[in-house]
Amino acid sequence: MKDVSFGQFYPVNSFVHRLDPRLKIVFLIAYIVAIFLATNFYELAACALVLLLIVFFARIPIGKVLRAVRGVTFLVLFTTALNLLFYKGDTVYWEWGIFCVSFEGIIFSVFLALRLVLLVVCSSMLTYTTTPVSLTDGVESLLTPLKWIRIPVHALALVMSIALRMIPVLMDETSRIKNAQMARGADFESGNIIKRVKATIPILVPLLLSALRRADELGDAMDARCYTGGDHRTKYKKLRFTWRDLVAFLLGAALIAGVVLMRIYLPASY
Amino acid sequence: MRIVAEHLFYTYNPKSPFETAALRDVSLTIEEGEFFGIIGHTGSGKSTFVQHLNGLIRLPSSLKRSRPNRKKDSSVKTVLKVGDFDLADKKTDFRALRKSVGMVFQYPEYQLFAETVREDVAFGLKNFSSEKLSEEQIDAAVRAAVEVVGLDYDEMKDKSPFELSGGQKRRVAIAGVIVTRPEVLVLDEPAAGLDPLGKQEIMQLLHKLHREWCRTVIIVSHDMDEISENCTRAAVFSEGTVRYVLPPRELFCHAQELTAMGLDVPLTAKLVSLLHERGIDIECDFTAADFCEKVLAYAAAHPKKERDEGGEA
Ligand SMILES: Nc1ncnc2c1ncn2[C@@H]1O[C@H](COP(=O)(O)OP(=O)(O)OP(=O)(O)O)[C@@H](O)[C@H]1O
Ligand SMILES: [Mg+2]
Repeated sequence: MKDVSFGQFYPVNSFVHRLDPRLKIVFLIAYIVAIFLATNFYELAACALVLLLIVFFARIPIGKVLRAVRGVTFLVLFTTALNLLFYKGDTVYWEWGIFCVSFEGIIFSVFLALRLVLLVVCSSMLTYTTTPVSLTDGVESLLTPLKWIRIPVHALALVMSIALRMIPVLMDETSRIKNAQMARGADFESGNIIKRVKATIPILVPLLLSALRRADELGDAMDARCYTGGDHRTKYKKLRFTWRDLVAFLLGAALIAGVVLMRIYLPASY
Repeated sequence: MRIVAEHLFYTYNPKSPFETAALRDVSLTIEEGEFFGIIGHTGSGKSTFVQHLNGLIRLPSSLKRSRPNRKKDSSVKTVLKVGDFDLADKKTDFRALRKSVGMVFQYPEYQLFAETVREDVAFGLKNFSSEKLSEEQIDAAVRAAVEVVGLDYDEMKDKSPFELSGGQKRRVAIAGVIVTRPEVLVLDEPAAGLDPLGKQEIMQLLHKLHREWCRTVIIVSHDMDEISENCTRAAVFSEGTVRYVLPPRELFCHAQELTAMGLDVPLTAKLVSLLHERGIDIECDFTAADFCEKVLAYAAAHPKKERDEGGEA
């Protein structure tokens, strides 16, 4: 578990951690919709405030949250730059060929950048506060209706949970293999791009082999325990709605209602 | 090369919920020419310690910050020296260090990657040499390494490492490390997952390497019998510190303490204490051969009790 911070479960015991995963997933979706519905800075600020409250109640350190943002710095900067240069506004400050920087362009690109950051932070809050297992339980339960049209929801959820479960394992494995090759003098940090890509082969080949081996073993282990799929399986931890979920549900509903009301009653402006 | 470690501390993932203090004040000196053993319960910090020896884990840049109670031991200074390499110094040439300290990780067969055995063994050789080696030079060095680990070079060289048996793979992996002729060879659980015969063969191989290739051999192990049969001295790790550094024969006089640390004592030590309970005192160096001899000597001297030791020996 070295440096696996992006989107990984952060084990503390908090109000948000103990919420029903289904509720969290639904909220994430609602929240994303709210971010995209928000058209001015008031609404975005309201969303940001809510997110800050969630971070606070989830007892996730701010540094951790920022770490999640750092992962997409490039994407954010890139889209901001594009918008800044191509947005056709009225109050033009600078123009050159097809590029132009305008007041509206600046506002718009800042707005989009904030939106992206909120998007990343809210999604990582879900994975920070929800273990992979309960996340997949939640997804499976939410997708139950799809079973009626014969989509193998359980199998999909299982695939997802295995994938999530394996991330830290493979990270561990990677650092072990990397260490072993470094002990044999492998150098991953210097040289041009071709050399560096070539230098990853001694890591990738053993990693792939070990992933295949693990998959094989896992399959055998599941067979050995007579796993046959979702039907008739009972759960050790049943998802249950509690008072916490009710409180969170009401708060969340209030947020959505708030954003909608702001849309209606506040004048559209920056 | 003499290895001197003083007051090593190491914490994984500091300041996070995953924080684990793996080493808490480890001090240990390993002399040149030793066949040194490191034993300890799982999670006691053995692997973390040995990874320091070739700079895979660097000493924290600001040594003070990594220490839990800095006020109390601000006088202690972390020292880590391998021969002339000072690992506390950032300017140390870590490539040269890694060349002279070979490290065989646990299950080394899982780091094989190349298409042929020859390529894989040559990997470290090519990495470490400063100028380009000719094919003949590579061939000679790889042949020597593959043959010293007990494999037939001509038969092996063009095979894929993945079509070998487990034991053969492990030998190839070891050859891939010793091919650069390191002065110190560190092996993390070299015999893990092998059958008794395989274990014995690996240990014999290590003795051979110790005689012919590498001045100093350090092995990490769970298996007390392995340590008692092979090592000149052994360090017992427990919860990130070194409890004892003793030759095995003295170590196993602390049988009770070892058991309390979750370690097993070698079969011979158990037998000695069982015999002691029955009023038979045998002093031996805890290797099977010596134990047998001493028991037989005892039996010869005390013919009446022959039946007792006959069963045990
Ligand atoms: N990469 C890592 N990230 C986080 N913690 C680690 C890492 N490697 C080891 N640890 C922790 O550090 C402690 C010491 O681990 P280490 O691997 O040194 O033990 P060990 O004595 O080699 O155990 P074993 O006999 O099981 O190999 C353990 O508590 C372990 O959980
Ligand atoms: Mg270990």
